[in-house]
Amino acid sequence: MKRHADIILPLAVAALLLGAWEGAVAHWQVPAYVLPAPSAIARAFADNFGSLIEALASTLAVTLEAFLAACVLGIATAIAFSQSRLLERTLYPYAVILQVTPVVAIAPLILIWVGFERINLALVIIATIVAFFPILAGATLGLKSADFNLIDLTRLYGASRLQTLWRIRLPNALPYLLSGMKTAGGLALIGAVVAEFVAGSGTATGLAWRIVESGNRLEIATLFAALALLALTGVVIFAALSLLEWWLLRRWHESALQAP
Amino acid sequence: MIALTGIAKRFPNGVEALNDLSFSVNRGEFVSLLGPSGCGKSTVLRLAAGLLAPDAGAVTYANGKPQIGFVFQDHTLMPWADAMTNARLPLDLKRMPRDQADARASTALARVGLAGFERAYPRELSGGMRMRVSIARALAAQPQLLLLDEPFAALDEITRNALGDDLLKLWREDGLTVLFVTHSVGESSYLSQRMLVMTPRPGRITADIALAVGRDSRLAPATIEAQRVISGALNTAIAE
Ligand SMILES: Nc1ncnc2c1ncn2[C@@H]1O[C@H](COP(=O)(O)OP(=O)(O)OP(=O)(O)O)[C@@H](O)[C@H]1O
Ligand SMILES: [Mg+2]
Repeated sequence: MKRHADIILPLAVAALLLGAWEGAVAHWQVPAYVLPAPSAIARAFADNFGSLIEALASTLAVTLEAFLAACVLGIATAIAFSQSRLLERTLYPYAVILQVTPVVAIAPLILIWVGFERINLALVIIATIVAFFPILAGATLGLKSADFNLIDLTRLYGASRLQTLWRIRLPNALPYLLSGMKTAGGLALIGAVVAEFVAGSGTATGLAWRIVESGNRLEIATLFAALALLALTGVVIFAALSLLEWWLLRRWHESALQAP
Repeated sequence: MIALTGIAKRFPNGVEALNDLSFSVNRGEFVSLLGPSGCGKSTVLRLAAGLLAPDAGAVTYANGKPQIGFVFQDHTLMPWADAMTNARLPLDLKRMPRDQADARASTALARVGLAGFERAYPRELSGGMRMRVSIARALAAQPQLLLLDEPFAALDEITRNALGDDLLKLWREDGLTVLFVTHSVGESSYLSQRMLVMTPRPGRITADIALAVGRDSRLAPATIEAQRVISGALNTAIAE
């Protein structure tokens, strides 16, 4: 019952808002280049379906590659940190610096260094930088917060560091890591979009570029269609990661006791 | 089996937990360690297991370091693993072949009355059942020396008594050496052959009492008499 309500209520609100929007645009005769009606946006979406989906595929590819790279790098770095306090104390500040520096500020540099002829690689690198930190932070916290007594128990039975890592620290880190991954999934998309904006039109071919281009041509309905697609993509990424989280933790973690 | 001599332990934060603590436990004995909260009982167990190094004094084992089973105050199970995998942990760490380890772990679970719960996760078990899994895990490694740190403190009296009887049975069957930390006079008067009483921090052994035979039940006259003796020793220790 509750799960149905979770879906029906937001949909009802959406229908209500869209209806009000449609009505308001018609009633006050708002020009289409300021605020197009939902029906006009739907028409623009249908008209540009092929090219919008192509743009989405391009942005999605960058997002997923960046997300995977951030997962691999973040987990590997966290494992290295968990094995050496010295390494963690030395390098963690740099991870923080990378995190607090606005990505728009470093994106042009990366584009220049990587080169516009390898634009896709540059976009992936920029988006990876954005998505990296929550994974590192989540995995680091999870690896460190393992039950002290359990760690002692492995020592009692002569476990190697690798065994302790594999049997205790990594499983313990999973809920923290998944929570970091949920944040990172959205950030990878944001990073990909920001990177496309910085790269500018002509080189990138993703949704962000479609937004810039539509804006320049005052095709506001197409702009909205691209925007809606982007938002939907973000929601789908978040939902997919939430599902993964629930599936992996359903047998044992408090957070997964209720179905998503 | 194990001897602690002249042990001193001070933690980095300046807390002096133990000072000049000595005692020994013979092979096959069931010894209880009793003392007020915070006197350093858990620290003694961790020293005995070699998980902590003393600042002064030494921990020595009669015939080389024995296989040790450790049961913590709370169950300390892996929440992500079922009862079987939890009980099997010591064997997995020793890289025992899977089928052999499975057989041993399920035997251990059956001995603590958990046959049929091999696939249950800790959160699907009651507090007493979790404690049983924890004991099964300690038994799976077939220890010679079993160290228990207030294992029944968090349980109700009925469960506590049942687990206490189970523990006595395991001890008799396996010829284990048991060092049992507790702050319950009732529990220790019935279970153990010998009592060590500690002073408040910094902890030291003030009384080493061999309990009389004839404590066949919790209400036997000999058990009640033992409680009187232990309480007296505990009061003296706290007054020091
Ligand atoms: N890792 C630690 N760092 C600093 N102080 C500690 C540490 N472990 C224990 N202590 C201190 O040492 C003293 C003895 O602790 P311990 O846990 O051995 O007591 P205990 O007798 O087991 O108490 P309880 O009956 O409450 O479990 C306490 O005062 C405690 O604060
Ligand atoms: Mg304690």
